[in-house]
Amino acid sequence: MNDRIRQLRRKSLKAVPELSAERGVLLTRFYRSAAAQTLSAPLLRAHAFAYMLKHKKITIMPGELIVGERGPAAKATPTYPEITCHSLADLDVLAKRAKTPFRVTAGTRLAFARKIIPYWSGKTMRDRLFERMSPEWLEAYRAGVFTEFMEQRAPGHTVCGEKIYGQGLLDIKKDIQDSLAALDFMNDPQALAREEELRAMTIAADAMMLYAGRHADKARELLIKEKDSARRKELRQIAEICQRVPARAPRNFHEALQHYWFMHVGVISEANPWDSFNPGRLDQHLLPFYERGLAEGTLDREAARELLQAFWIKFNNHPSPPKVGVTAEESGTYTDFALINTGGLTTDGENGVNDLSFLILDVIEEMRLLQPSSAVQVSKKTPDAFLKRALAIVKTGYGQPSIFNSEAIVAELLRQGKSLADARRGGASGCVETGAFGRESYILTGYFNLVKVLEITLNNGVDPRSRQKIGLETGKPENFTVFDELLDAFNRQLNHFIDIKIRGNNIIDRLYARYLPVPFLSLLIDDCVASGRDYHDGGARYNTSYIQGVGLGTITDCLSAIRHHVYERRSLTMEALRRALKKNFSGHEMTRQLLLNKTPRYGNDDDAADDLMRKVFEMFFNAVDGRPNMRGGRFHINLLPTTVHIYFGRMTGATADGRRAGEPLSEGVSPVQGADRLGPTAVIKSVAKIDHLRTGGTLLNQKFTPQLLADEKGIAQLANLVRAYFRLDGHHVQFNVVDAATLRAAQRQPEKYRDLIVRVAGYSDYFVDIGSELQEEIISRTEHGEF
Amino acid sequence: MIFDIKKFAVHDGPGIRSTVFFKGCPLRCSWCQNPEGISFDPQVMLFEQRCLDGCRDCIVVCPQKALSKDAANIVLDRGRCDGCGLCAASCPADALQMAGKAVSVEAVINELAKDEVFYLESGGGITCSGGEPLTQIDFLHVLLQAAKKRGWHTAVDTSGHAPFAYFAKIIPSVDLFLFDLKSMDADKHRRHCGEDNGLIVDNLRRLSEAARSLSIRVPLVPGFNDSPADLDRMADFCQSLPRRHPLHLLPYHRGGSSKCKRLGLTDPRPETMPPNAAQVKKALEIFRRKNIATTYGG
Repeated sequence: MNDRIRQLRRKSLKAVPELSAERGVLLTRFYRSAAAQTLSAPLLRAHAFAYMLKHKKITIMPGELIVGERGPAAKATPTYPEITCHSLADLDVLAKRAKTPFRVTAGTRLAFARKIIPYWSGKTMRDRLFERMSPEWLEAYRAGVFTEFMEQRAPGHTVCGEKIYGQGLLDIKKDIQDSLAALDFMNDPQALAREEELRAMTIAADAMMLYAGRHADKARELLIKEKDSARRKELRQIAEICQRVPARAPRNFHEALQHYWFMHVGVISEANPWDSFNPGRLDQHLLPFYERGLAEGTLDREAARELLQAFWIKFNNHPSPPKVGVTAEESGTYTDFALINTGGLTTDGENGVNDLSFLILDVIEEMRLLQPSSAVQVSKKTPDAFLKRALAIVKTGYGQPSIFNSEAIVAELLRQGKSLADARRGGASGCVETGAFGRESYILTGYFNLVKVLEITLNNGVDPRSRQKIGLETGKPENFTVFDELLDAFNRQLNHFIDIKIRGNNIIDRLYARYLPVPFLSLLIDDCVASGRDYHDGGARYNTSYIQGVGLGTITDCLSAIRHHVYERRSLTMEALRRALKKNFSGHEMTRQLLLNKTPRYGNDDDAADDLMRKVFEMFFNAVDGRPNMRGGRFHINLLPTTVHIYFGRMTGATADGRRAGEPLSEGVSPVQGADRLGPTAVIKSVAKIDHLRTGGTLLNQKFTPQLLADEKGIAQLANLVRAYFRLDGHHVQFNVVDAATLRAAQRQPEKYRDLIVRVAGYSDYFVDIGSELQEEIISRTEHGEF
Repeated sequence: MIFDIKKFAVHDGPGIRSTVFFKGCPLRCSWCQNPEGISFDPQVMLFEQRCLDGCRDCIVVCPQKALSKDAANIVLDRGRCDGCGLCAASCPADALQMAGKAVSVEAVINELAKDEVFYLESGGGITCSGGEPLTQIDFLHVLLQAAKKRGWHTAVDTSGHAPFAYFAKIIPSVDLFLFDLKSMDADKHRRHCGEDNGLIVDNLRRLSEAARSLSIRVPLVPGFNDSPADLDRMADFCQSLPRRHPLHLLPYHRGGSSKCKRLGLTDPRPETMPPNAAQVKKALEIFRRKNIATTYGG
């Protein structure tokens, strides 16, 4: 890391996240203007976008090589009042919350009070959305059966493909002209809508070129005052680059990065799409520029490294937009889930790892920033050296990069009907979501609490938390004579709530298509320009909606416990079990221990439990997969929780796996915390019994202590573990290196950490099972970073 | 009779392995780190802190009336216990667990086969350890043959204290021997391990020639075998073997102590502390100086 990068990085780390009223004020001013009143939705959005980019403050910070900020300064984070409008109370929460706060100045507060709130109150997307949801939907939503992604943020969930590296906005404008010329007003009832959308795209493209030009102007302005000759040269170069891109296709490495970055800022200024935006397969996109630069002698590896690092810092300057209401109090992360992929396959199916892939890993390791997130794709053809290099970074304990199976991603996309070339250009975004980069709108619609549905089933349609009947009456569980009757009741309940969720999603799809088109994003994703349809209105080549199942481990263990103890061994009656659950096991500790310890549990490569996991998977899959959405695509499932397993846990009472009320559910596809007792290979075998290829992504977390990864041999065995998991079609795995604090927690609550393996000396053992003397020794070794 | 199968064993031979722990051992090493592997009979291990107030399930279920509860803890009369395991099966909290289970070769192979994909991916396989696996030579022999038939890499971790004929029987189905060498001093060996080292030294010399591949494992136990003189003698002996073998130093650790408590045994070495880094380094140097490829910690 050179001096410039060190300084930029330090500044980025030190910058205090602040709420900015700039976007809200500009947007409100435009929406209030006379011009705005007569426009159709796409044109209104395009003109509003143009107005904001024309009037927003332009910032070029000292030493910067890549320029462009969403707000007036680094980490100045705008709000999106047309989607969700922060109240003054929300601003106070954001300013005061203990974790991930946002500074709110008096001026910002005043702007909200005087300008933003009075206009948007009652008119936001969020208002419209809740207005149109059915009573059943609202009840289930409030009970914690599912969440809704689009109540505070726009659908996004998309990734930039390779198209922009060969095309500038002027080229895309030419394509728009072709589409306009081809409109069929004689036969196509949608022709007018398409014309409006295409005109909106033109306006958005012009707006972005103007915005880039303002950066060129700003650079020249700074040049006048700049004394340092080296910096003068850079400013001149920045001005030249911003004059060139994104209007025309980039010619070199630096231009390519700046070109993407303008697109990025455009997308996250136009709306607040989920998972931000993301360059996707960065090593593949940049390779031609990198190689050409090296060949021509205009670029060397160090210059490329510096530019990539400067690019990395830009991501870190853009915290995720803050939420409102309860979510503002609860959700705490600045991460906006831009996940940069490296490695994987080329479009021809060859090994895609190149010198730039390794350079990007260096950058990930050196930057150690919260954002962007990073992922490596590993295929059968990926050299071991690349996987091991990635694992050596994982070992440093910073949770990145996460590791994905390219062959699984391709197979998942093919199953959903993508072409082979489009599948190979794809990857993972957000947490673990599979997508055909540059061509797909894959909307995550909300998390779905599988465990809550079982709780409601065991209470014959009533949510015990509110004592309200919110589900179907599927029968009193005491009357089920065989276990399959319970499964059947659960399945009906599951379908009932999935129907409610999908009906809601389809309405929300249309609300966004009607009121919140995104003409700028539509410029970048195929085939919006060709079809003249917005990204939110089915314009993308592929249109997918996902429902994310949560709590697979917990529900499997619950069903296994009920089958084992109530129906097979008859060591417990359904009445007794329900009584214990109702009492949250108070006075029933023996029952709780029995359920915890004497039940076949998911994560131990034991078919007695894992077959039940398969059954739940099939039910969830069949309830969701293949159903049509309102953008011409289909619903599919994925299995990931981000942090919602904590919220869902809070909404769910005591469960038959021995979990107390309010405790978190299992996360991702991982076993219940502490339920797996046979080590990582057994976990992987259990998890691999999920048919990952029928999902759009699954998330597996594995914990390791640093000692296990100490030497070459440890890394090699970890690489083997990954390869074996991927051979079994696993989708994704990430490794958390455990710290001393976690080991202390394990001493206090051993039952939650019965899966934690530590290396003692020449052998490994369960941490909770070794004597306290030895525990202390390992804690001190971990604290001191000794392996 | 085995007492455990440990998966993702990465220190007992190449690749990712599963280690099968055989129950029963002819030696009585004072630093033993798997004391549950010494006796040939199933034993109850007590995890007292897990025992639940008010629960008497194990007491009720025990046919020998060997269990009772004093004010705080569960008490097992080991004289009465016949190791039937009913108590452990009934205990909701896993406060009683069995060490030792009679199993068929087929059952063990089925369990080991669950991790086959990892053996194939990593060039790993299975390791038979213990206890002393050669004390159950017929079972061991059949198990190893079954493993070889499936193409797995096989290792045997042995104290070396067994008739050579036993070794001869399994040599064709063993890819790697992990052979423990504790001390060259016959008298000291007898005092600390219960038997002298004559058979062990003899077997190692013969196996050095006959085994497909062999590693020597030396537990480094402060106060027993960590003096330069002790280590020098072991190093000289290693040099005198027909073939050169890699050597692993396994530093003593306190893992056996808590296990002793669970088994109702007294820790034979309550005072011994693990060797520190300097001691380990010194020991490493002694072997390395004699050109023996030595690693530590596995």
